Amino acid sequence: MSFSKSEMMIVAAARELAGQRVCFVGVGLPNIAVNLAQRTVAPELELVYEAGVFGARPARLPLSIGDPTIVTGATAAVSMFELFAFYLQRGLVDVGFLGAAQIDRFGNINTTVIGDYAAPKTRLPGSGGACEIAIHARQVFVIMRQSQRSFVDRIDFRTSPGNLGGAEQAASIRRAGGWHGNGPSVVVTDLGIWHFDETGEMRLDSLHPGATLDDVRSTIAWEPRISSDLTTTPEPTAEELRLVREELDPGGVYTK
Amino acid sequence: MPGKVTSMHDAIADLVRDGDTVAIEGFTHLIGFAAGHEIIRQRKRDLTLARMTPDVIYDQMIAAGVARKLIFSWLGNPGVGGLHAIRRRIEPSAVGEGTPLEVEEYSHFGMVSRYTAGAANLPFMPIRSYFETDLPTANRLIREVRSPYSDETVFAVPPLNPDVTVIHAQRADAAGNTQIWGLLGCQKEAAFAAERVIVVVEELVDEAIIRADPNRTVIPGLIVHAVVVEPWGAHPSYVQGAYDRDNRFYLDWDPISRDEVSLQEWLRDWVYELDGRAAYVDKLGAERIEALRPGSAPSGSVDYGAYR
Repeated sequence: MSFSKSEMMIVAAARELAGQRVCFVGVGLPNIAVNLAQRTVAPELELVYEAGVFGARPARLPLSIGDPTIVTGATAAVSMFELFAFYLQRGLVDVGFLGAAQIDRFGNINTTVIGDYAAPKTRLPGSGGACEIAIHARQVFVIMRQSQRSFVDRIDFRTSPGNLGGAEQAASIRRAGGWHGNGPSVVVTDLGIWHFDETGEMRLDSLHPGATLDDVRSTIAWEPRISSDLTTTPEPTAEELRLVREELDPGGVYTK
Repeated sequence: MPGKVTSMHDAIADLVRDGDTVAIEGFTHLIGFAAGHEIIRQRKRDLTLARMTPDVIYDQMIAAGVARKLIFSWLGNPGVGGLHAIRRRIEPSAVGEGTPLEVEEYSHFGMVSRYTAGAANLPFMPIRSYFETDLPTANRLIREVRSPYSDETVFAVPPLNPDVTVIHAQRADAAGNTQIWGLLGCQKEAAFAAERVIVVVEELVDEAIIRADPNRTVIPGLIVHAVVVEPWGAHPSYVQGAYDRDNRFYLDWDPISRDEVSLQEWLRDWVYELDGRAAYVDKLGAERIEALRPGSAPSGSVDYGAYR
């Protein structure tokens, strides 16, 4: 069965959630990946939405992360103060799933501006909850498309901290600051799956079917680390594609 | 009219003044579009608009020229893309010789904490956010503070005390005792932090309805100055149990707002030339409105017990 690059990316991201328990769902692509995971590899996944929901069971794909379907049938609807203070800052979130406009090799994320902050070329949405999710979720997953503009040597603004300048520095700063998070652990793109090595830098571990290393290198601003055991991501199954196309995104909002 | 019940026109005319800091809160859910449109119609000026997610309503208000400053934590059209009118007031290539919008930016937890400090009469709120980010440099009001009990440092945000907070809700009584269900956002905190509170409701109910379910009361009449009854007043956002988000509107707003001329035409047709929300609902038409009604999913009821 044929599939698009976006569909492969969403399916690969959903599979990464296998075995996870509590996931904080970010705006955009994470929303569909996480909802697919709940219907496939992680049926016990507790979805946390920053709008103030714990244990969401959305009956339809929420267009926004504040959709009424995340409330009906949820375990708890709480104030946003409670959500951020007691669920996130308290350390109860296993995975924070974020999107990004720019990312660097250490998984530091920019969602604030392109260009200078005081006189931006492009004004982006800003942090929302991403800054604190990146600090307190035990692991951070990122889903985003690869391009020279997004995988950059130097991000224009650090909205959400990743592995800072490297794993060792990041670990000592996290300890000193009382962070619950251990930083980014996976980045899923339209070309492959990246994990972070012992130095805190991302490493390509899996290439999606149809993508080449040339594609990867031409859409990234630094010389990327490639795993010596590089694998090919298994194609989406018929059931995964059916869920994406018929149940989650029949309008093709995320997959076009 | 009994108690604090008044018209939208009078509530905005009496309680919102030029130069005020105004918070219309409600996270995706219960966004006070009717109140925002009335502020536009009355041509209020020089407002500082505070809101976690400015959403389409602040894009409209800022395009109408009511604001000089924006305090926020996430600037976008949720599920769709950017807020183009606001971007045109921020990005120098679009601002040109015009007056840029002043911005003061936090994260969501920072904004919620600002309202919480404001509501609780505290000089700041400590949170474990902002470490190793550029936000404290971009906004000098986010400051590092050392714990008086250990060597730990955290970040402080200052209280936010709006002159006026506007809340949309499912129901209230005439005294302003207000009940909300569904996403609660930061409405309680934003209301308690404010000098004046306007509550806009889908339904005015008897005091006995409120008293039958006190756990659902989010805002007490004690802090409410005006109650406005305005069914569909949150459209195109939604009201849990009453109507769905009109996603088509959010999608349509993108092309409308990309062009300043089409945006101003929209404001003329849907705000300035209408005298209020009833006319807006008429203009939307029965078919569109009816399509937004959800099915039913009632809560179970609990027994509070009668203790005599």
